[in-house]
Amino acid sequence: MEALIVENLSVAYDKKMVLENANVSVPTGHLSAIIGPNGAGKSTFLKAILNQLPNKIGKIEILGKAFSPKSLVVGYVPQRNAVDWDFPTTALDVVLMGRYGHRGLFKRPTKKDRAIAMQALTSVGMQDFTERSIGQLSGGQQQRVFLARALAQNAEVYFLDEPFAGVDAATEKTIIDILKNLKAQGKSIFVVHHDLQTVTEYFDYTILLNKTILAAGKTNEIFTKEKLQQTYGGKLLMMETLSGEI
Amino acid sequence: MLSGNLLWVLTGTMLLGIAAGITGTFSFLQKQSLVGDAAAHATLPGIALAFLLTGQKELPVLMIGAALTSALSIYCIQWIVTYSKLKADAAIGLVLAVFFGVGIVLLTIVNRSPLGNQSGLNDFIFGKAATMTKSDLTWLLMSAIIIIAVSLLMYKEWKLIIFDPVYAKGIGLPVGALKACLTALIVMTIVTGIQAVGVILISALLIIPAASAKLWTKRLNTMLLFSAITGGLAGVAGTFISSLRVGLSTGPIIVLCASSIFFVSYLFSPKSGQLSKYIRKNKFQQGEV
Amino acid sequence: MMIEFWVILTGVLVGITCGIAGVFLILRKMSMIADAISHTVLFGIVMAFIITQSLNGLWMLVGAAMAGILTAYLVQLLQSSGIQEDAAIGVTFTSLFALGVLLITLFAGNIHLDVEHVLMGEISFVPWDKWTFLSITMPKAVWMLLLVLVINVAFLFLFYKEMKLSTFDYVYATTIGLPVILLHYVFITTISLTTVAAFDSVGAILVVAMPIGPAATAYLISKSVKEMFLWSMCFGVASAILGYYVAKWLDTSIAGMMAAAVGVIFLVIFLIDKLQQHLNKRAVASRGSF
Repeated sequence: MEALIVENLSVAYDKKMVLENANVSVPTGHLSAIIGPNGAGKSTFLKAILNQLPNKIGKIEILGKAFSPKSLVVGYVPQRNAVDWDFPTTALDVVLMGRYGHRGLFKRPTKKDRAIAMQALTSVGMQDFTERSIGQLSGGQQQRVFLARALAQNAEVYFLDEPFAGVDAATEKTIIDILKNLKAQGKSIFVVHHDLQTVTEYFDYTILLNKTILAAGKTNEIFTKEKLQQTYGGKLLMMETLSGEI
Repeated sequence: MLSGNLLWVLTGTMLLGIAAGITGTFSFLQKQSLVGDAAAHATLPGIALAFLLTGQKELPVLMIGAALTSALSIYCIQWIVTYSKLKADAAIGLVLAVFFGVGIVLLTIVNRSPLGNQSGLNDFIFGKAATMTKSDLTWLLMSAIIIIAVSLLMYKEWKLIIFDPVYAKGIGLPVGALKACLTALIVMTIVTGIQAVGVILISALLIIPAASAKLWTKRLNTMLLFSAITGGLAGVAGTFISSLRVGLSTGPIIVLCASSIFFVSYLFSPKSGQLSKYIRKNKFQQGEV
Repeated sequence: MMIEFWVILTGVLVGITCGIAGVFLILRKMSMIADAISHTVLFGIVMAFIITQSLNGLWMLVGAAMAGILTAYLVQLLQSSGIQEDAAIGVTFTSLFALGVLLITLFAGNIHLDVEHVLMGEISFVPWDKWTFLSITMPKAVWMLLLVLVINVAFLFLFYKEMKLSTFDYVYATTIGLPVILLHYVFITTISLTTVAAFDSVGAILVVAMPIGPAATAYLISKSVKEMFLWSMCFGVASAILGYYVAKWLDTSIAGMMAAAVGVIFLVIFLIDKLQQHLNKRAVASRGSF
């Protein structure tokens, strides 16, 4: 079974083509990195998959079906800077939102939902912060709360938009351990990722993206200097000299 | 048919439209269009207060009062956004409503005072372009010309502080002072305009021409030109149409003329018009791009 | 005294109803849409009058609700075609308001729909215009406000968690299948209804103060959305009562003074909150220095 199939996906924002003829097919049970330079269309790619863009053509399938929100198979973790951290709500409250889809209209979350939410918070190490306002959490803690929400939803395919941006090392470790654990349970995870140095360590599958899908496959086959050069162009050289190695 | 007085009023509303078109473009580009709306509503308490304190209904006195509370409202909005977690929209709405409420309170007090009944302050709510006196018009013309002249003088500097404030600071421009000057000029436009089109609709003259111009061009100087022409045209056409029938208020018709220009631009502008967008989208979905 | 009772009750009901409606307005950053609707409601009421040739309150409610939805729809349309939000709102409401004023002068002549009444409202006239329903006689404004209050409460009762989630995280809400667009328009409808019900008693422009002010004040000090609802209603009621008595004392516009009271309460809460934060910081700092 394929976790994600994208065929001939093109997206235009008015006059500008952002993605052109992207094709990829990823089997289930992988922890995949979506990487590419700034402005390569990574966020657009994610938005297109989550059905947020009106002006797109092509076919997208998740677990063999067109994306249907009601099925709750997709768990989404937004970019941290896309969230209004002044919103008056607590950590537990946010995680409980992961259960809303399971309750349907007109019904309130049950005791069982609370238990699941607490369990999810515990698994990200945030059990002591349940009643804390989200605005008073650190960047890493905020990211963990959102990951816990996705866990509480108990989805099959997860999409995370730059979960490691602006978080501390301990959080990064916690998050990647949880993601690896999800993978071990047979779930599929897609992560928009920036840091090339950690790709081989974290991800077993890699999608290289720049205006279209340039390559996708097992990380050890795809993550080669040649293919990265093709994706990043001149920008890679600069990064190489900065980091010393890839 | 064109009586002497009408000709004066036409000139006045045209220059007002041009002035508002120019300053409106700058506030549009700073995404401050609705701040202008709040600042316009906030002139009301100033007008009433000026009358209550001085007992005069001379236009310059009222205009100074209007300018002070209007500027104060802009300051309050900035203050709330800086020092609280409220977002700009809530700050603008709150300040607008509270200032206007205080304005109505004071206006009611004015209307109950023996002198107040004839003060004509209520005219400021909807404007009275058609019945402006010679001296009202002289004030209007003078301030409109000053606004246009100052805008043209400061054009380069404002362009820089809007598009690249960091660079502007870098080359030693007094960014704060320039911004304050721009705000002052927007307040002046509002204060000049309220006697003609009223406190509720003056913001339309700041917003609509600029929004129309943006549909045609992305270059600042072309945008200013287009916005000024739209404003001027709306002023002239609106005043003229409303003079054709007794009882038509000028302000709303000027605004509707401006909206018509916006509507046409929205549909048919070659760059961002709906028609050309629709054609492009069709082409994209048939894979012709 | 009965008359005073009805006036205060009307004010209090405006405070509660608007206080409820305002919470999600603030959280969804839609304050200026509410401001826009408060202007365009005029257009809806005039259209309702032109079509039905009556001043029946029910038709006005319908007209206003439709004008509210039209406003929200137009703003959305302009925004989705790339016009920046503030300009989209500004263009829409000034145009519709101008059209409303023009239609009044053309078709509605000198009837009750005079513009100043629409703008300022006159809450002190409320007790004289009564309706009898189920053999209970109350001022028309009180009936209307109660009706809208019931609608607002019912909306929250049914859709509270959906509104909260789609406000907080729109994209996530769509990925689990919440009907976000439908919710948006239902919410806009409740805002329009609230605006028109309050319009008759406190005036269309001043009605901006009541949804935005108390909820904005509550936003400063609330830790949860539920808490924000409670505070917002409290501040709404407090503004209404404070405004009434000060206006009576100064013999001036009651509605205007209620709006002013909204501002005063905001300022007081804001300063108290700042002071508390300052003291907390000092306490932490002095603890740190030991």
